[in-house]
Amino acid sequence: MKPVLKRGITSHQVFWPLIGLALLLLFNFIFTKDFFLLEMKEGHLYGSLIDILNRASVLMLLTIGMTLVIASGGIDISVGSIMAIASSTIAVLLSGKMVDINGAQQFVSNIPLGTALLLTLGFALLLGLWNGLLVSYFGLQAIVATLILLVAGRGIAQLITSGNVITVYHERFFYIGGGFLFGFPVSIFIVGAVFLLTMLFIKKTPFGLFLETVGINRVAGRFSGLNVPLITLICYSISGLCAGMAGILMTSEVRSADPNTMGYFIELDAILAFAIAGNSMAGGKFSLGASMVGALIIQTIRTTIYSRGVAPEIMLVVNAIIVIIICSLQSERVKTAIGKVQFKQGRA
Amino acid sequence: MNDNNDLLVMRNITKRFPGVVALSNVTFQLQQGEIHGIVGENGAGKSTLIKVLTGAESLESGEIFLSGKGIAPKSPHHAQLLGISTVYQEVNLCPHLSVAENIFIGRQPMKNGRIDWKEINKRSEEALARLNIKVDVTSTLDEYSVAIQQMVAISRALDTSARVLILDEPTSSLDKHEASNLFAVMRKLKSEGIGIVFITHFLDQIYKVTDRVTILRNGECVGTFDTSSLPRGQLVAKMIGRELQDFQSWVDAKKAKSETDTDNSVAKTFYCGKQLGRKGTIDPIDISIAKGEVMGLAGLLGSGRTETARLIFGVDKADSGKSYIEDKEVTINSPQDSIRLGMGFCPENRKSESIIADLTVRENIILGLQAKKGLRHSIPRRVQEDIANRFIDLLNISTPGCEQLVRNLSGGNQQKVVIARWLATEPALLILDEPTRGIDVGAKAEIQTIIVNLAKEGMAVLFISSELEEMVRCCERVAVYRDKRTIGELGKGEISEQGIMHTISGGHGEFAIGANEL
Repeated sequence: MKPVLKRGITSHQVFWPLIGLALLLLFNFIFTKDFFLLEMKEGHLYGSLIDILNRASVLMLLTIGMTLVIASGGIDISVGSIMAIASSTIAVLLSGKMVDINGAQQFVSNIPLGTALLLTLGFALLLGLWNGLLVSYFGLQAIVATLILLVAGRGIAQLITSGNVITVYHERFFYIGGGFLFGFPVSIFIVGAVFLLTMLFIKKTPFGLFLETVGINRVAGRFSGLNVPLITLICYSISGLCAGMAGILMTSEVRSADPNTMGYFIELDAILAFAIAGNSMAGGKFSLGASMVGALIIQTIRTTIYSRGVAPEIMLVVNAIIVIIICSLQSERVKTAIGKVQFKQGRA
Repeated sequence: MNDNNDLLVMRNITKRFPGVVALSNVTFQLQQGEIHGIVGENGAGKSTLIKVLTGAESLESGEIFLSGKGIAPKSPHHAQLLGISTVYQEVNLCPHLSVAENIFIGRQPMKNGRIDWKEINKRSEEALARLNIKVDVTSTLDEYSVAIQQMVAISRALDTSARVLILDEPTSSLDKHEASNLFAVMRKLKSEGIGIVFITHFLDQIYKVTDRVTILRNGECVGTFDTSSLPRGQLVAKMIGRELQDFQSWVDAKKAKSETDTDNSVAKTFYCGKQLGRKGTIDPIDISIAKGEVMGLAGLLGSGRTETARLIFGVDKADSGKSYIEDKEVTINSPQDSIRLGMGFCPENRKSESIIADLTVRENIILGLQAKKGLRHSIPRRVQEDIANRFIDLLNISTPGCEQLVRNLSGGNQQKVVIARWLATEPALLILDEPTRGIDVGAKAEIQTIIVNLAKEGMAVLFISSELEEMVRCCERVAVYRDKRTIGELGKGEISEQGIMHTISGGHGEFAIGANEL
């Protein structure tokens, strides 16, 4: 009885980004030696693919938050700075001294690891809340509101470390960014968990519906009884939290906190990952899964360029060209044009 | 009709959209110096016909001739170059640019590589003078009324080369006086030899201004008629493809209702506002609405009707007065508050204030209920579908299914989706602001029936409309507004178009109200 609305596979948003990713992988399959090789060393999986997943994890975390924020009709350009703040915070909290325990020198931090993590994440959440407050309750334009923290955030990060690069010595902390679980890097599990939780939040609660409503027509949303400021606030808070996690992950990986370089310009990558996935920068309908593929595409491009040995001076240009190709693939006009060509060939 | 006299001929036009035949073998002829009306219900194919003609949609099969020469407009711009100009329902201008800039944007006369402002201003004044409009063309557009903006849009469309002018629902936001000004302009252009295609939902206007009328129904052309020889009843019957008994039946239903009403006249007040007001928007007013009553707010645009609705619903915050629900004082600071108290509100601008175009019918319908339940109480998908399908049946929403995007529905069906959104929340008071604006007679009658039936079931309904006719038909009480305050209230037996107009005009005006056959 119910009329079925026919949807081809190509109409799913995640289709075209996946094609882009597949093309990149195909290129590597043909031209890059051992690209698909996976090796077990000491119970850990190694290989380019694992490497891409591992390295993309920071960007994927940021992209999750960015996707929600842009879907709500805003933008968050402060995530790189929040990363830096989180990085500095965890590094300072985990400072400590060597203690003689049972005759062996061992590092003991001033604050237990769990507490330090919670405090750092709490701080990042607060920063996200701050962005959200400025946007939703004070009515600042999103790009201006988050620009404040983009600029000030790096200053705050420097204040926290007193302008120094802080090296972290806490062994167990390194497990987050460098450890392995069931043969896979831990970071992949962290991203997976955050992604799943966010998906559950979007699909299993009405939040997804509310978020898209706010992004498409915020006035109508308000008239329908939505608490528009609260929904906006939640998006920015999640984005802050994600940036905090990304900062912790990165710090654990590089074992130090540099407030000047940590997450520098990475907000642009997160925005690009969102857009490359075929999501609309105007907000509204979005696909979180596609965003994740977008982040993977960016990392794959990077890994490919490194492994092809492209000269550093033309690397950014090559990067740009690939991005243009993948974005054009998703443009409605190009799609229609391709469709027409296929149609004509089909006729002939 | 001899083809040689025809300015524009569209022959055997067919256009399909996925799953729908929007136009099937439609033929349309427009003569030079003619005002030709196109009428039809929503979804009849009026817009598609215009879109095909202006190149906004590609032609599937059929031919278009302009002055005997075959043409194939590729885009609205191309059509304009060919001499076919369009003025759309919603004015497509830039409110912050000057009148002259708006008229010449995109085709500025240049002099020495720079824009020739003198020339622009001079020619703008000339262009507007052609329409009997005299305004300062250097002022920004938003300083002028919608009526003037409409004229600016027309003069922009009337390039020197324009031979066909398409007016798509130009009067929906104009008052009676402004509309008749527009008609004068249309007649003037007609005398200059321009062929005018006029699309409207107001049947009065068809009779007032058109020479011939083409009726579309379900994508097919019912026929073209000389307006003067086609009685209104027949026109409506042809449009909706059924006879008028349908309408009669619900008018009877309403009569029956008002009779039962007199039996139990102790209607209980649901909502009561005392000295409700907001500085600069509306002077303090008293208002009360009983259960099972359709209360009307009448008045001209901007007289305070919509403003009252917004205060009651909490869209705007009242800065004076108190609200009571069932005799208990309540605080309403936002739509969330009023929805929790059992209210619903269909705002006047469907596109910008009520529908979520990119979401599905189902999502649009359950949005209000889900918002009322809050984030923590998700409505399961199955229940959502049940609710959506129930209202699709109940309100006779024409859609391929509840997963259709609302943007693909016609105006009348979008409006029904919005009404469904509120009905799903089971409100005790439903506020409807211009629920029938811009939708066709059939859907209009259906929505009016819905309104009357809802009241019969005990809902309090606050009904706002610019069309006095439907106010008279649906309302049991009418509060009349002028200049941001209430100036009178008409009770049972006193409500008539004349009565309302009389009150609006302060008891001194004389109004010729057209025959009222519907």
